[in-house]
Amino acid sequence: MKTTETPAPSPAEPGATVTRTDPASGRAPRRKGDGAVLNVFSHGMLVLWAFMVGMPLLWAVLTSFKDDNSIFSSPWSLPDTLHFENWSRAWTDANMSGYFLNTVVVVGGSLIGTLVLGSMAAYVLARFDFPGNRFIYYLFIAGMSFPIMLALVPLFYVVNNMGLLNTIHGLILVYIAYSLPFTVFFLTAFFRSLPTSVAEAAFVDGASHARTFFQIMLPMAKPGLISVGIFNFLGQWNQYMLPTVLNTDPDKRVLTQGLVQLAASQGYKGDWSGLFAGLVMAMLPVLAAYIIFQRQVVQGLTAGALK
Amino acid sequence: MQHGKYRFIVGFLTIPLGLYAIFVIWPFIQSIYYSFTDWTGLSPDFKMVGFDNYTRMLHDDIFWKSLQHSLLFALLVPLVTIGLALFFSFMINVGGRRRKGGPAISGVRGSSFYKIVYFFPQVLSIAIVALLFAFAYNPDTGAINSLLRGIGLDSVQPLFLGDPNLALWCVMAVLVWSTVGFFVVLFSAGMASIPADLYEAALLDGAGRATTFFRITLPLLWDTVQSGWVYMGILALGAESFAVVQIMTTGPGGPDYSTTVLVLYVYQKAFRDGQAAYATTIGVALLVVTLLFAAIVMKLGRRERLEY
Repeated sequence: MKTTETPAPSPAEPGATVTRTDPASGRAPRRKGDGAVLNVFSHGMLVLWAFMVGMPLLWAVLTSFKDDNSIFSSPWSLPDTLHFENWSRAWTDANMSGYFLNTVVVVGGSLIGTLVLGSMAAYVLARFDFPGNRFIYYLFIAGMSFPIMLALVPLFYVVNNMGLLNTIHGLILVYIAYSLPFTVFFLTAFFRSLPTSVAEAAFVDGASHARTFFQIMLPMAKPGLISVGIFNFLGQWNQYMLPTVLNTDPDKRVLTQGLVQLAASQGYKGDWSGLFAGLVMAMLPVLAAYIIFQRQVVQGLTAGALK
Repeated sequence: MQHGKYRFIVGFLTIPLGLYAIFVIWPFIQSIYYSFTDWTGLSPDFKMVGFDNYTRMLHDDIFWKSLQHSLLFALLVPLVTIGLALFFSFMINVGGRRRKGGPAISGVRGSSFYKIVYFFPQVLSIAIVALLFAFAYNPDTGAINSLLRGIGLDSVQPLFLGDPNLALWCVMAVLVWSTVGFFVVLFSAGMASIPADLYEAALLDGAGRATTFFRITLPLLWDTVQSGWVYMGILALGAESFAVVQIMTTGPGGPDYSTTVLVLYVYQKAFRDGQAAYATTIGVALLVVTLLFAAIVMKLGRRERLEY
């Protein structure tokens, strides 16, 4: 980087004034030699990375339409015909449909639970003064930086003792509990940023605290709920570690687990094309959702780190 | 606002706090307690053994290997990821230089396309990404080696995950691959909030791209970089490295323990070997490493907050 640091051209360059009048003409021709090399290099890097991100995904889609023979003989060739039967085989025989259903139920339940419980707790912590408020808030925050695996060892037995091991509702409760730290952290900040006057007016008019919350504050918090909702949706949909430990019943597996198991068992069955179909099947819904709701997804996922 | 206030507070906090306490806080406290026992996890009987587990850990070669790999994950993965992401996002947002009339600074052409594509891996489950790469790395039939063969590099056919010297790097590369896009988008948002007149002033003073980057962009973006580093480090120590190592490497954790990480070792001791107490001991070590890591990054990275 040192070599590019001191080109120091004269401030009054001809190029600068030319483009001043014509902004549409593209990049200003500054420091021709050095700049051009740098440009090619950095453009090249951008293209290369786009290629590196895109190729594996494309390869997976291609492979999911090929038969097993050509997967092994020529991994990069185009499929001779589109083998849609791979997809139907994955959907029915490999039980992808069941995994999908389980995931939808688990994520649906825990997403609603997380948003309701998280916003309730966040609202109280953001708007009411009471002894222990700060302590509870930091208790929630602390959960964000602890390694979950440490808690998972005893958690397995806690869940087992409550009779919740290998149950869908048990998994939902655990998902909610582990989503609360970030949700409470994010929504507390959000509720603090909302104006207090509306809620006070409602309260003066005789609305109860609960009613004020559900009818006034929750609708006002909608943008925050959407952001944190997307964050939690992706986190819960993609969750792998929690179900791997707490949900070992083959019939109750979620998508990520199901695929990993499938991959392990393919060693014996050798149905690679079906496996790739399953893999692509699992990727497509989230990729499609991302492309459609791009702005919201990006906002939701980066909201936390930006604070 | 006093009427029924406490009833309301209790009513709203009980369920979330209860769930959180039962499923998160209580297990954490228990696990620290268990690390001083000889609990197997298989039977309910156990007795206190003091620091025995900790002494055993200090003499456990696999523990030290895992610790080494975990530290490498926590330092190297964020370093490479954030470095690449800073470069890309600078190019995307500031790299193209148009002048007055339009915005004073702007990104290269196709910048929104890059942002969309780079972000793809972030929405995918790390488990699915790991599976995908486990196949792509396959020495005979995988995408990478056949691509190498395709461009005439028949002699370069690494074993990737099968090579003890290479496996760990392959696994780390997958984490970098899947996270760069997130940081590109994150840093882009940060760069967009840097006032354009700062760049204009630098341009007038004849600053090149590198100078602009190191003197303006990076200092003003420092808070985001720092919290991103902590965030990424925690992930690389915990859930993410578990998924990639467990799914991709043989054993898992091999070949020859060359990729095992602390979080995987905790899992294996607890749920494969029936040594729950020892597993929590390693878990406590992981907790200490995580907290130390966060503290060090925050401390080293502290500098005056720049107002703009």
